[in-house]
Amino acid sequence: MIRLSIPLRQALAKLTLPVLFTVSFGVILLGKLDVMAAQRARISLADALAPIYATLAGPLANVRAGVEDVTGLFALDAEVARLRAENARLRHWQAVALTLAARTRALEADLHWIPSPAPEFVTARVVADAGGVFARAVLLSTGPNHFIRKGQIALSDGSLVGRVTDVGSRSARVLLITDPNSRIPVLLEGSGSRAIMVGTNGSRPRLIFWSGAAPREAQQVVTAGIAGSLPPDLPIGTVHYTAANVPEVVPGADLGRLGMVQIVAGGLAGLSAPEAVAAPPASPGGPRPG
Amino acid sequence: MVDVGRAPGIRPRPGIWRRLDGFARRAFPVTSTVLLMLASNAPFGIPDQAALLPAVTMIAVFFWSVFRPSGMPPLAVFLIGLLLDLLGWLPLGTGVLTLLLAHAFCARWRRGLARQGFLPVWLVFTGFAAAAAAVMWGLASLLILRLLPLAPAAFQAVLTAALYPALAIPFGRAHRDLAAPERA
Repeated sequence: MIRLSIPLRQALAKLTLPVLFTVSFGVILLGKLDVMAAQRARISLADALAPIYATLAGPLANVRAGVEDVTGLFALDAEVARLRAENARLRHWQAVALTLAARTRALEADLHWIPSPAPEFVTARVVADAGGVFARAVLLSTGPNHFIRKGQIALSDGSLVGRVTDVGSRSARVLLITDPNSRIPVLLEGSGSRAIMVGTNGSRPRLIFWSGAAPREAQQVVTAGIAGSLPPDLPIGTVHYTAANVPEVVPGADLGRLGMVQIVAGGLAGLSAPEAVAAPPASPGGPRPG
Repeated sequence: MVDVGRAPGIRPRPGIWRRLDGFARRAFPVTSTVLLMLASNAPFGIPDQAALLPAVTMIAVFFWSVFRPSGMPPLAVFLIGLLLDLLGWLPLGTGVLTLLLAHAFCARWRRGLARQGFLPVWLVFTGFAAAAAAVMWGLASLLILRLLPLAPAAFQAVLTAALYPALAIPFGRAHRDLAAPERA
């Protein structure tokens, strides 16, 4: 080790902080100049951590479930009453759904309807937050040799949750529909009017630029297959007004606590992109038809 | 180098285990901070868990910068800030600059702070956490070139201040015991 005189050492120690401040401005510039480099660094760090978090996810979920079981004991009566009421309601809707399904089948047979192909998907575990304080995104652990690509969409409980924005070798990042950068063209079922759904960083994205009639409370919101950016008619949620003239969408999926998400392969309205043709055949652990 | 021989007198040259022990003790503040940061991102399934990472980082950097600055040198603060930026998906440089400012503040006021009891330090830290969250919000807004929502920054400030005892008390124990090179 080089021996420095005490005054020199003290002077150097005093200089460290100003030098580091200067370097940090350099880091800011670097982050602005080469956005992709920063993104690559983030995703390689995520790649390194995703397997560790994926290993932890199982035990942690068990602990959480155990805690919920214990706390749930206190609300058991209310829960049973609620489930009974819901069950009665759902039985009614099941009867309606069965009748409608039979009628739809009959009509489709009459029309020689060509069904849209069922989308293929892979399922991945959400292992960490990937948005930070000011964004809404999640990190998926995908394992090596996955076939997830940028722009593919993520579903949970059958509802749209977001789109894949970054793909690493063992992880992928999904930008949620609640993120301020998220813009999704949607269709309001029933009225057929279109709108854009924008994220607000809150739990409910907002509808803007609607065509025709204003969105109604409890109206179903589905994706609009405009410009082939998304498969059409994927459920997103229902319209809800918390303030006058501010229609919001209550997502069908619980975005705050995503456990597993399905990444739908091929994105272009049922068409496969050229590179997606080489997707692997359905295997027990891999993609399977939905 | 082990800091024996400060007091006058002749001592035996420290053995390899002793030196390793001393090294581990000196590395404790930075190592524990990095491990806490990685752990705060684990899939606990807590709502708004993203605020945990900056909160934990801020508490650790503040505590060690005030009470054991030799264990938290500026270069380590810089690297921890870089890790915060990458792990927290913040615009590059946000965490680095905020943490360096925090470290500079601690270096300036540590003589007064280190002598205070737990409650006054927590009180000062509450204001410090609010300022840090505001700086982080301002820098991120400036770098994204858009006014970001204030609510997450406010939540981060409250969480940071509220979590302080949960980390500062074990850190205090470690400071006197595990992280003390003079006990090597």
